Amino acid sequence: MTDTSLAPASSTPGSRSRSLLELDPHTKKRNAAEARFRVYGIVAIGIGLFFLVALLYSILSNGLTAFYQTSVTLEVPLVQTEIDAAEKSVVKTSKYRDMIAAVLVQKMEQAGVATSMKSKELLQILSAGAPGTLRDHVLSHPEQIGTTATFDFLASSRVDGYLKGRVTRAALAEDKNLSAAHLDIIDQLVEKGIVEKGFNWNFIFGSDASDSRPEQAGIGVSMIGSLFMMLVVLVLSLPIGVAASIYLEEFAPKNRWTDLIEVNISNLAAVPSIVFGILGLSAFIQFAHLPQSAPLVGGLVLTLMTLPTIIISTRASLKSVPPSIRDAALGIGASKMQSVFHHVLPLAMPGILTGTIIGLAQALGETAPLLLIGMVGFIASEFPDGVFDGFLAPNSAMPAQIYEWAKRADPAFYERAWGGIIILLVFLMIMNIVAIILRRRFERRW
Amino acid sequence: MKFKTLVSVAALAAAATAVAGSAQARDQIQVAGSSTVLPYASIVAEAFGENTDFPTPVVESGGSSAGLKKFCEGVGENTIDVANASRKIKDKEIAACAEAGVKDIIEVRIGYDGIVFASQKDGPAFTAFTPSDWFNALGAKVLKDGQLVDNPNATWADANGELPAVEISAFIPGTKHGTREVFEEKVLKAGCEETGALKAMVDGGMSEKDAEKACMAVRTDGKSVDIDGDYTETLARIDANKNGVGVFGLAFYENNTDKLKVATMSGVTPSTATIASGEYPVSRPLYFYVKKAHIGVIPGLKEYAQFFVSDELAGSEGPLAQYGLVSDPELAATQAAVEAEETLK
Repeated sequence: MTDTSLAPASSTPGSRSRSLLELDPHTKKRNAAEARFRVYGIVAIGIGLFFLVALLYSILSNGLTAFYQTSVTLEVPLVQTEIDAAEKSVVKTSKYRDMIAAVLVQKMEQAGVATSMKSKELLQILSAGAPGTLRDHVLSHPEQIGTTATFDFLASSRVDGYLKGRVTRAALAEDKNLSAAHLDIIDQLVEKGIVEKGFNWNFIFGSDASDSRPEQAGIGVSMIGSLFMMLVVLVLSLPIGVAASIYLEEFAPKNRWTDLIEVNISNLAAVPSIVFGILGLSAFIQFAHLPQSAPLVGGLVLTLMTLPTIIISTRASLKSVPPSIRDAALGIGASKMQSVFHHVLPLAMPGILTGTIIGLAQALGETAPLLLIGMVGFIASEFPDGVFDGFLAPNSAMPAQIYEWAKRADPAFYERAWGGIIILLVFLMIMNIVAIILRRRFERRW
Repeated sequence: MKFKTLVSVAALAAAATAVAGSAQARDQIQVAGSSTVLPYASIVAEAFGENTDFPTPVVESGGSSAGLKKFCEGVGENTIDVANASRKIKDKEIAACAEAGVKDIIEVRIGYDGIVFASQKDGPAFTAFTPSDWFNALGAKVLKDGQLVDNPNATWADANGELPAVEISAFIPGTKHGTREVFEEKVLKAGCEETGALKAMVDGGMSEKDAEKACMAVRTDGKSVDIDGDYTETLARIDANKNGVGVFGLAFYENNTDKLKVATMSGVTPSTATIASGEYPVSRPLYFYVKKAHIGVIPGLKEYAQFFVSDELAGSEGPLAQYGLVSDPELAATQAAVEAEETLK
């Protein structure tokens, strides 16, 4: 009533006749603010996407070449007397090397590739691991002695780099491991089909190799190490984390003590992971005398790191179960424990599993604590024999192996480090996709 | 149902931990220490696993000091067997070892490591250095017109007229590296003496010891950058900075000759030959230390030590020399000492 009488006095005469479709200055301002905000949001996402694409591009462009490897096909006659002589010497592989050298020289003559190089120099196109490959084959296939076996020996890292475009003739000017003359030979051998690039299964399933033969290094053993560590983390942190959160959320009285515990759990989630490494070193290795570099110890350390994440996500998903479910269960005569385990926990399970998988993914990519418990170096060189060894024998983990490769001098290891990142990312992506699927399919909303 | 699974999972976990507590006898040699020795030790470990019936030894990195500290933790399967070091063990460390029960230590010198000075392949012509150049470029206090002053040199040409006139930007190993010690000792201190700064300091009333310390102090105005990471980090810095000059190990340089150009030191080009003959001034011996008490307990330990210093590996034609180790001219004496299990002192 007062409005009608006040309206003509307070507003301009035209305001009454203004259409709803015509915006007043205040609305315009609000709309502009909203439009600006949307632009900010899009720009923010754009920047994020740009960096994601740049990151993926650099990872893929540097790492994809690690999945291809150059090899040299040679037919080596396995002669009983030569093998006996080799097995008697101190450094047995050096005799096997001579056998390979003879075959290589012969093969080149057959192929019509002329060279003035001595056989020792010529051998630089092959991996230093070739004699070991030959010897392993002879020892595991004694029945083939007396016949001629065909081998795909790995080419040396520089030959491999040449075929991948990483090494050029100019770059070899001062290199003592390979010369431009070798590359001329390689060009001819490639033409004859003796030197070929193939998919590098050894990179995915093989073991680490020393600095002198990067072409032989693979991430397989450290993948096994990561697997055993994740088993330890899962088996320990899931029950402990879930039990702790059920107690805290459903049973514990709300008092100063539980508040204190709650604050500390949140604090622990923010503690830098290296701190857990120091703790693991002193508690598990120096005090409990668990073996060094063992995946078990790595798993225990990562468990400590993952627990807070799991507890926090479990409590959140328990909290999101509506109280009416609990009340209904209690109302029909269930005990507190029955109401929790029969009704609340099953409903909270998808959330708990999602939290656990995300916690595991975080643990899988963690390197810092592993540095302190001796998992970086030349560790992942042999596959563990059996499950028991898998937990206790020294091993590395994927991120630790990547870190180690990135440190090594030969640029071929650098390529492998990027390749390792691709494999690690694939694992992380699978885990995160599983977490999303679990959440989408099983989560109930109220 | 769910509860039962949880309980059984927890029981399994407890069992796993209990099993681990009673760790079985270790049959794998464990080595830790210097990251400079790591490549050589891993080449040997790989060949050892390949050529013998023993499992491949495990070689951890972490630095000489950390390795020796671990080595001196005590005797027993839970401690490491071999420590790699890019410097000699200190008396303090020997005492710490003895206190923990590690009394008999076998010292094995495997060869020498050269330290080289390199810059971007296509960068300015840093081709010849002397210790004096480095001291004049990096020293905290240098001699200028007969006066000791805070380092005023902004370009390498200020330090030595024959060097390129580009801004000084040097990447040197951080203080936690064993390489830094050698750099200070053989380059900065030598340069300090050559330029006469040491004499000026002593004349100025400093004690000999303080003056030497002052000689090894590096300027802190950002022209010299400490690299605490590995040589790969130094390489990345040089890659990004045309005028950068870095300190590398010989083996690292030889693996990256496509990106780096090495400079001579006092007119000598670094190579395994010039280092072995002692002509090239900046080098240091590399060692590994073996716990004698573990020989006979850990299978293959003595064989590993013998294998390491055998002519086939550590000799001048072996894979270690191929990778960049300067083989020891007195290798035969080392082999005999390992054979006899000669301990320190």
